[in-house]
Amino acid sequence: MPSPEPLFPHAPDRQGPRTLYDKLLDAHTVCSLDGEERLLYVDLHVMNEYTSPQAFTGLREAGRRPWRPSAQLAVVDHVNPTAPQRTEDVADESAAGQIRYLRRNCADFGIELIDLMDPRQGIEHVVVPDLGLAQPGMTILCGDSHTTTYGAFGALGYGIGTSEVEHVLATQTVVHRRLAPMRVILDGIAGDGVGAKDLIMAVIASLGADGAAGHAVEFAGAAIRALGMEGRMTVCNMAVECGARVALIAPDAITADYVRSRPRAPSGADWERATALWARFHSDEDAHFLREVRFDAAAVRPLVTWGTSPDQAVAVDGTVPDPGTEIDPTRRRAMVRALEYMGLAPGTPVRDIAIDHAFIGSCTNARIEDLRAVAGVAKGRRVAPGVRGMIVPGSGAVRRQAEAEGIDRVLIAAGFEWRQPGCSMCLAMNDDVLPDGARCASSTNRNFEGRQGRGARTHLMSPALVAASAIAGRLCDPRDLP
Amino acid sequence: MESFTIVSGTAAAIPLPNIDTDVIMPKQFLKGIDRSGLGEGAFHDLRFDAGGRERPDFILNRPGWRDAAFLVVGPNFGCGSSREHAVWGLKQRGVRALLGTSFAGIFFDNCARNGLLALTLDPATADALMEVAAGPEPARLTVDLTGCSIATADGRRWSFTIDAGRREALLHGRDHIATTLTRTGAIADFEAGHRMRTPWLP
Repeated sequence: MPSPEPLFPHAPDRQGPRTLYDKLLDAHTVCSLDGEERLLYVDLHVMNEYTSPQAFTGLREAGRRPWRPSAQLAVVDHVNPTAPQRTEDVADESAAGQIRYLRRNCADFGIELIDLMDPRQGIEHVVVPDLGLAQPGMTILCGDSHTTTYGAFGALGYGIGTSEVEHVLATQTVVHRRLAPMRVILDGIAGDGVGAKDLIMAVIASLGADGAAGHAVEFAGAAIRALGMEGRMTVCNMAVECGARVALIAPDAITADYVRSRPRAPSGADWERATALWARFHSDEDAHFLREVRFDAAAVRPLVTWGTSPDQAVAVDGTVPDPGTEIDPTRRRAMVRALEYMGLAPGTPVRDIAIDHAFIGSCTNARIEDLRAVAGVAKGRRVAPGVRGMIVPGSGAVRRQAEAEGIDRVLIAAGFEWRQPGCSMCLAMNDDVLPDGARCASSTNRNFEGRQGRGARTHLMSPALVAASAIAGRLCDPRDLP
Repeated sequence: MESFTIVSGTAAAIPLPNIDTDVIMPKQFLKGIDRSGLGEGAFHDLRFDAGGRERPDFILNRPGWRDAAFLVVGPNFGCGSSREHAVWGLKQRGVRALLGTSFAGIFFDNCARNGLLALTLDPATADALMEVAAGPEPARLTVDLTGCSIATADGRRWSFTIDAGRREALLHGRDHIATTLTRTGAIADFEAGHRMRTPWLP
């Protein structure tokens, strides 16, 4: 009997059951290098205006050209304004310079650019799935740490620095050191009012900010399978905040349904071939994970961060913790400093923390499901006096979908600003910057010191909680709204 | 890439855990299209207050530590954003090596690509070095990548281990793109087969 064509021609050394992560590696291994390193082929390389310029300059100075221009995609997202009316104008001259240089590089090297005025423009990790370019079994790299998002599709995605951006441009490969496979299982069904953001925040709070460092984390379990693609993207996106270099969820019918019919999805006979291939990208039953951690999703409650690291989170009905109870001296010092920066006293009920800003946006939580959740909370209610509520949809496609569903009218009627897409106040590289001392309920991914503006205080939480907090004027669970 | 063999200099202690790349290189320094001016940006908001005045208590503002060549750092140093500007800025300030127990993955790779030695040490060695770096007087260290050892001026000595490939690249300041481009045949062969299997990909 003839043996079928091998899916992984370069993996003669690994027999037996394999993890999804190892299958992705094996399917893209050009050759082995020294020790645990290998040269991996990159199916899609995504670039933005702020981590690519020096890479293009390096490429030019070395007299090199992109290896495969068609496998590169550039998106303007980090520095552009998000004012409700989109124009060509970028007042900040240095930001405008980054956009101009990206245009020139894309034009000179034949790379597709999703530019400022393109109706598809948005945050790179929202635009790529919008287009159907994130598919199971792919390798997708980008000069941005939240490239782990693509793991939601069963694709190997991770963030790289600018030197690696140049390497991928020049060679279509990356030198990859094998990570330790780890599985995080979320058993059970999340309770009412608990979403994907709460699940991943619970994992981060439990594992710590470096709890998955050096690992490729596969998320599994009933609570993960129950999530739609938007929720899965939230989980994989934020896994980097507990140190995971790679995050993965095995593809299934939900994945295929999401990709199908998108502009860049395979079609016709290719669709049949693609889905047959995708079905093989899952961890084998007896695959070995070096670490396995289980959580009961039913026990997770809506969470908010109180500190300046994403693992410093408590339940919204809890209190700000006391560093005095922390035994580890390094962690205790970090807690004291975080409380000082955040202007919070131990023992304060979380629901007593008043806010003056509420931000819905970012590659973590600005997709259509997120905006539906926000509208569900905001419908018929008003943003509290003294609170500025900003909604920055993840992409033009998300914005149009929301408008088609009437979500924009609900949010505007509630007193929120309905803005144009971009990274915006997630990292405040554009003109959306919080003033010193401002306190913000935010659907983003990082609460670092100065992240949303020097001296600004960020509380991370789900989009539904941000909406409820905007309405209450203080941190709030939507179920507690009158 | 600048090579690293044997370097001597002052060590400064930055013991907090989870020092992220937003803190190492704040956003206002990310707007260029080149690598200039990033030395000024390194730890900017820790070095200066909101009015632009130096904070005298920050270690890199204290006499004797201003030109530290080594930072002894807390766990998970360099977490967060992938911005390589953080590494460029540290290098432009004259930092040659980071000594700690753990580094965030992307940051660790960025260090390797720029000749900044990030050493993952065992907790006992890291604790001892943290004590040396904490003062009260500035202490000099010699970090020897050829012999894989760290020594103080008064003769105390610790050895460390480092991945062989990473060490070789640092010792020789190797250009990683040129190295990979010696394998263009293998890449082209792989690509041809891979694209036959997945013709719908871009």
